[in-house]
Amino acid sequence: MILKAKVYNKLFGFESLKEVMAKANEEKSGDELVGIAAKSASERVAAKLVLSNLTLEDIYNNPIIPYEEDEVTRAIYDGLNLRIYREIKGWTVGYLREYILDHKTTGEDLAHISRGLTSEMIAAVAKLMSTMDLVFGSKKMRIQSHCNTTLGVPGTLAFRCQPNHPTDNIEGMMASLKEGLSYGSGDAVIGINPVEDNVETVTRLLDTVKNFMVKWEIPTQNCVLAHVTTQMKAIEKGAPVDLVFQSIAGTQKANDAFGVSAAILDEAFALAQRQGTATGPNLMYFETGQGSEVSLDAHLGVDMMTLEARTYGYARGYRPFMTNNVSGFIGPETIYSGREVIRADLEDLFMGKLHGLPMGIAPCYTNHMKADQNDQEMGTLLCAMAGSNFFMGVPGGDDVMLSYQDTSYHDDASTREILGLRPLPEFEQWLEKMGILENGKLTERAGDPSIFDK
Amino acid sequence: MAVANNELEKVIIQSIMEELAKKGLLSQKGKDHVMAAAIMDTPIVPDTHSEDMVTFPALDEMQISNPFNADAVRAMKKLTPARIGIGRAGTRPKTISWLRFLADHAVAQDAVFLDVSEEFLQRMNLMSVQSAASSKDEFLQRPDLGRRLSPEAVKTISEKCEKNVQVQILIVDGLSSTAIEANIPDLLPALMQGLKSSGINVGAPFFVKNGRVWVQDHVASLVNSEVIISLIGERPGLGTAESLSAYMIYRPDETTVEADRTVISNIHKGGIPPAEAGAHLTDVIKEILAAKASGVKLNQQK
Ligand code: B12
Repeated sequence: MILKAKVYNKLFGFESLKEVMAKANEEKSGDELVGIAAKSASERVAAKLVLSNLTLEDIYNNPIIPYEEDEVTRAIYDGLNLRIYREIKGWTVGYLREYILDHKTTGEDLAHISRGLTSEMIAAVAKLMSTMDLVFGSKKMRIQSHCNTTLGVPGTLAFRCQPNHPTDNIEGMMASLKEGLSYGSGDAVIGINPVEDNVETVTRLLDTVKNFMVKWEIPTQNCVLAHVTTQMKAIEKGAPVDLVFQSIAGTQKANDAFGVSAAILDEAFALAQRQGTATGPNLMYFETGQGSEVSLDAHLGVDMMTLEARTYGYARGYRPFMTNNVSGFIGPETIYSGREVIRADLEDLFMGKLHGLPMGIAPCYTNHMKADQNDQEMGTLLCAMAGSNFFMGVPGGDDVMLSYQDTSYHDDASTREILGLRPLPEFEQWLEKMGILENGKLTERAGDPSIFDK
Repeated sequence: MAVANNELEKVIIQSIMEELAKKGLLSQKGKDHVMAAAIMDTPIVPDTHSEDMVTFPALDEMQISNPFNADAVRAMKKLTPARIGIGRAGTRPKTISWLRFLADHAVAQDAVFLDVSEEFLQRMNLMSVQSAASSKDEFLQRPDLGRRLSPEAVKTISEKCEKNVQVQILIVDGLSSTAIEANIPDLLPALMQGLKSSGINVGAPFFVKNGRVWVQDHVASLVNSEVIISLIGERPGLGTAESLSAYMIYRPDETTVEADRTVISNIHKGGIPPAEAGAHLTDVIKEILAAKASGVKLNQQK
């Protein structure tokens, strides 16, 4: 393994793969906070150069976090298809980048090699890619999943309707839900973050949404994003759950902080299969994002991007219906600016897809970071062009409970119309039946929550 | 007269800045920064004679062009602070909702940098200590510093706080000082009263400046209380900067993980009203004391 590189007249040496991986990253405040980022632009290039010359086998043989010590590493290595890995292990990371971008390489080809790539290999190649590389590579990959409806159908773009309310007030939540549906948002899932994390609240929200879905014959799925253990208790007591949600991260230590483990996730998935309300086979909804390990002091000296890839390696065994990335959610200590968020979103979309995950992105920002609505809208359009399966839908872009900004119902409709994308097929039919959409465009009637109030 | 003074001040500052810049002692960026700060407290009202000005229309004004059921829209808007019933121009927001969004973003960004005032702390009779983060900028970029106490704080707490109480209450600015000033006057008395009338012994609450959630673990290691509860400012949203959370934990130690904490969020007048929250938190603390556990561990016992 050669860990030295010369950039013009300057020589740079690195101690380990872990160091190369961190220093090859584009600038992000979280890597700087941990003290592992490149110290200069030349050092960054040197790290990229070293990385481009490493083989996939080098990466396989040097686990970033030891197998014995971390169940995320175990999930990644145990889930690998060794036969496919052996066919490509001699490739350099630089070659992998060109293979991904080559005109002859199809999405099918990428889905195939994906099974022989560890998360660290996927992170490594993404570190050599520019914005357009990431969009180009992502766009080739279409990953479909099925819960009650099919997500990721070519030519479609779906949305999670996120009608959060600061007191879990049912009528208030319903008002935001109706508004969202009237803009065509909600085909990915109707997903509510509850303020109170208890079985009663979660059950009440699940029941309400399910009844509304049945009454209006809305083809979608429901979900309440409480802690997974609370959702499990609700299911056991008979609550109607289509999708089971959980936030996950890229180290065992961070997952401990989240109060989850492979054992708990296995149990949750099994419970959803036995007692959930959905058709399946995809029954899980995960949320991830660069920075959570840093925020919880559980990064083990590994860079945010590699940890994010590892999170996808952990997720893929559960065959989720949707994986949503929220890299701009935490704050300036992990992602400082709009520029950093956009970069992270594109990296994550690409890395998730190369893991075979049905990815969506929440190009979002908080009020304590240096980003604004313009950054957010640029990120959204780029991710949509790169073939994100879905985005969020928040009334007016302002989540009044979580206190951050995300794609609005307006942005949802706009993105579809700008890029000529359609809702998921069953949902489009429903929207047409309701008179909300016609030929892929909002009608006069759309954007009015009172169409549900005769 | 104040305005004239400020104008004069501005002119003086400006000329000094120009001089420094000319001599190469101040960058353009530095100059802009100082000027912006100088102008900040000057109200920008050049024409005081005219009564005309542009303002945002009332929030409940009907924005949907031809609502199917106008009464229903009006009723819905009353049920949530979310931006609903705001109409559209094509698929885009109307001009007024877009500008309102920008205004709310501006206010929310500023809220992060406000401090809890000395006057407030005195009025509430709260002792004040600081985390290891010495400024707001440092606090934002270095969460590790906001998670532990400054050496002076350690000394003050060790000397002045009662030890081995059942419950220690901390007021922590976190990401919103506005949330502290808006809620503590109603919340703290309600909580203190609730705990005392349940026969629980409580240490004197005090304030931690530039603190994050984990600073409670450091405090607990000094006061050795059974439960420690932080009333902390959440990050400001566009809707409100007043939202406060209560993070509680039973006897934190080196093995503590985040999931061991119990949190009640969205305490503010548009969420869980502060006085009501006082009663609710009393019940939660009683549960924690009885179960000798908090967070996911507590929920598992239920
Ligand atoms: C930002 C945020 C996060 C970030 C935290 C990173 C960070 N630096 O803040 C991330 C994305 C990692 C996160 C994760 C989760 N969160 Co969260 N989070 C928030 C949010 C939006 C703002 C928090 C804030 O302003 N903190 C104030 C600053 C000053 O605190 P800090 O010291 O800088 O950061 C700490 C806290 O934010 C804390 N924290 C954040 N979320 C949670 C959740 C729990 C249960 C605990 C114990 C601590 C915790 O972790 C940070 C590190 O110590 C709140 C919503 C709100 N309105 O408050 C929800 C909220 C607190 N989270 C919530 C939940 C459910 C979760 C998850 C459990 C989701 C899941 N199913 O996995 C996970 C896991 C949390 C854990 N055990 O660590 C709920 C809690 C509900 C409840 N009553 O229990 C809230 C209220 C949102 C909601 N209603 O859904 N979260």
